[in-house]
Amino acid sequence: MRPMTLAVSAALLAAGAAHAEDKPVLTIYTYDSFVSDWGPGPQIETAFEATCDCDLQFVGAGDGAALLARLRLEGERSEADIVLGLDTNLTAAAAETGLFATHGQDAATLDSALNLLPVAWEDDVFVPYDWGYFAFVPNADMADVPTDFRALAASDTKILIQDPRSSTPGLGLLLWVKAAYGDEAAEIWEALSDNIVTVTKGWSEAYGLFLEGEADMVLSYTTSPAYHLIAEEDTSKAAAAFNEGHYMQIEVAAKLAATDQPELADDFLSFMLTSGFQSVIPTTNWMYPVAEPEGGLPSGFETLVQPGTVLIFPAGRVPDTREEALDEWRAALSR
Amino acid sequence: MARSAQPLGPFGRAGVLGAAFVVALIGGSIWAVLQFANAPSGLGPADWAAVRFTIWQAALSALISVSLAVPLARAIARRRFPGRRALITLLGAPFILPVIVAVFGLLAVFGRSGLLNAGLEAIGLAPVSIYGRGGVVLAHVFLNLPLATRLILQGWSEIPTERLRLAQSLGMDSRAIGRILERPMLRDVVPGALVVIFVVCTTSFAVALTLGGGPRASTVELAIYQAIRFEFDLAGAALLSVVQLVIAGGAAMLALTVSVPSGFGAGLDRPLPRGLAPRGWRKGADACWIAAAALFLGLPIVMVGVSGLGGVAELPMSVWQAALRSLVVAAVSTGVTVSLALFMAIAVARLSQTASRLVETAGLMSIAASSLVLGTGLFILINPIVNPTSLSLAVTALVNALMSLPFALRALIPAVRVAEGAYGRLSASLGLGGWRYFWLVLLPRIRRPLAFAAGLTAALSLGDLGVIALFAPPDGATLPLQIYHLMGAYRQDDAAAASTVLLVLTLAVFWILDRGGRGDADA
Repeated sequence: MRPMTLAVSAALLAAGAAHAEDKPVLTIYTYDSFVSDWGPGPQIETAFEATCDCDLQFVGAGDGAALLARLRLEGERSEADIVLGLDTNLTAAAAETGLFATHGQDAATLDSALNLLPVAWEDDVFVPYDWGYFAFVPNADMADVPTDFRALAASDTKILIQDPRSSTPGLGLLLWVKAAYGDEAAEIWEALSDNIVTVTKGWSEAYGLFLEGEADMVLSYTTSPAYHLIAEEDTSKAAAAFNEGHYMQIEVAAKLAATDQPELADDFLSFMLTSGFQSVIPTTNWMYPVAEPEGGLPSGFETLVQPGTVLIFPAGRVPDTREEALDEWRAALSR
Repeated sequence: MARSAQPLGPFGRAGVLGAAFVVALIGGSIWAVLQFANAPSGLGPADWAAVRFTIWQAALSALISVSLAVPLARAIARRRFPGRRALITLLGAPFILPVIVAVFGLLAVFGRSGLLNAGLEAIGLAPVSIYGRGGVVLAHVFLNLPLATRLILQGWSEIPTERLRLAQSLGMDSRAIGRILERPMLRDVVPGALVVIFVVCTTSFAVALTLGGGPRASTVELAIYQAIRFEFDLAGAALLSVVQLVIAGGAAMLALTVSVPSGFGAGLDRPLPRGLAPRGWRKGADACWIAAAALFLGLPIVMVGVSGLGGVAELPMSVWQAALRSLVVAAVSTGVTVSLALFMAIAVARLSQTASRLVETAGLMSIAASSLVLGTGLFILINPIVNPTSLSLAVTALVNALMSLPFALRALIPAVRVAEGAYGRLSASLGLGGWRYFWLVLLPRIRRPLAFAAGLTAALSLGDLGVIALFAPPDGATLPLQIYHLMGAYRQDDAAAASTVLLVLTLAVFWILDRGGRGDADA
């Protein structure tokens, strides 16, 4: 048995070695869907390699939370030069590890480069690359789409949500309710409990169940209908606009302190805000770019719901808020 | 039945070594995770709630699965009908499918817009909801009834034909046959089946989460996932993993104590005679059992197969590459598991009772150990030596192999025991040992369960969800992981088509390997 395992490992190592060339290698850890054939990874790799005379290698490591766990396990031995795919709900914990280096970009220049990001950016470690609003996406034929959480809770609308303990959108919803309702959040969750069909492990399962007709609405993003519109020419889906406002997710990248390619990593972080990167995001990651790409947003994005109020906790407040909100959530839904 | 230990021989020694390897790997992983943890951690009230729910749902799922499997296996064992073999293979499908695919199949029948509710609506009845604790148990029965049925079916086929003929010629009715032949066989097989299903259900995660309807249905495995992924509380994760091992180990020891080897001895390896099955109302009852099981287990599978069929031709190349990669991983896992299980089964047959229970329990531990903790531990162990990503497919194959070891063992142990008991001493006294004994005596007698074990392992490994995201290779997604990627990219139709490919591939591999062991056999 051992020889077989070894043979396979040896073959894999050989394949890896054959891949390596003399060019410097920039290794970026990211979440799986970023590197998949349908994500932004392949196009961005081509675009950056055209400018850098280097070999850009994406490594998929599960989802955003798994990325951080992996980095902590690897510590300073990590081969990663850059981590791309954490969100502002994770950056406080990420910064605490001390594994990341400051991006070194001038704060004012960076903030003005982020001309599509609706909030001011002040972080000196993490650089944003895309963002979106959490929203419920209803079925095409749904009448009387609720316009806030109270109306949703009072209705018999069935929703699918993700578990905040295992999924980033799930955590986003938790913080959304908390940001909108503060001390009343527990009450809202109790009222919502009979609307929730089930709580899934991640976004994919919930969205899959939704497309199979298991619920009236699913927790996703305001940009989800853009996929159906642009990729499937299906105009019937539109996110439900909520009067409380929508919670925002900002996805970020950062350079590792232990990188052996610091200049290349800086180059990539700068490249990230150019059109070569930003123009790929809307129709592969189905999120908003942070900087306006050449030619603007793809047509169809202008039809998406624009929230009246933008909700977001400062990254530093997330850990404590999350603890409190999670306890409320668990208590309310465990009854 | 008391047994005296026999000399282990090279195969038995390899088996003991294998068991030690499994224990060392699991222990080493947990140790590594604990070493890495920086703060001690205890179990909170939410963790204890998870422990209670885990035990409750696993016990209920195991009991229901096995209670249904006994009459079903009996019906299949004693009836001959067209399509019987195809049915046996197809009935295995839920167990070997990746969980999320099986869940989608189940929802196509029992979901809010599934067949059942469409039917209820058509006749003016209120819809039923699958979500909640009942749904978790329903899904676990759906997933594990096939395994229970196969294990018990094998017990039936191992009642030596000679005993049945004797019973027949003594004029025994089916009640008497049940008391004298079937009940002792069940006493031998049922505890093992119960415990293996109990243990596999204790580590359930995606099913409990997707169908459980919320945090009420949190399992220990989910708590581990949360501890590692979101809180990076490795001490907590290791502690929960130990709790899981204690639950499973306790159940295993209990079951092995209750289990009594049937002691029929070996027959002359003749096929089952015809005309032994009872007639009259029992025939109708058997037909009902078989039809009901075929409907319950088959319909969701058919729904999965059909829903993706249209899109198969348009699947991107990467899906086929992933399929190929999965086949390679499955081949390696199968090699590892089958050799490990075979040697361990021989050791179990030859060791004294207490020692053999320890080896058997070691075999069960591998599914009880959370694959997330196992993966994290291996990662911590490998990381200082070599980049873990470069070993990803090898580690995936190894973890898949460990995860299917208990099932392979369950399939092999009874058969090896019978063969060893009947021919072991005789062969030894004739000086027939080593490989010659293996080829000439043992292998022909355990070919059927061995092939079943190989088919099961290969299929399980194909369907396993890449096991550990930590080891996900850069360009090397396995097919189940690729299905996840498709779902994550809004491509539900492609995901359905890829699921159909996975379903067909899994069934084909299982069918070919399982079939290879039957050849002339009649069961």
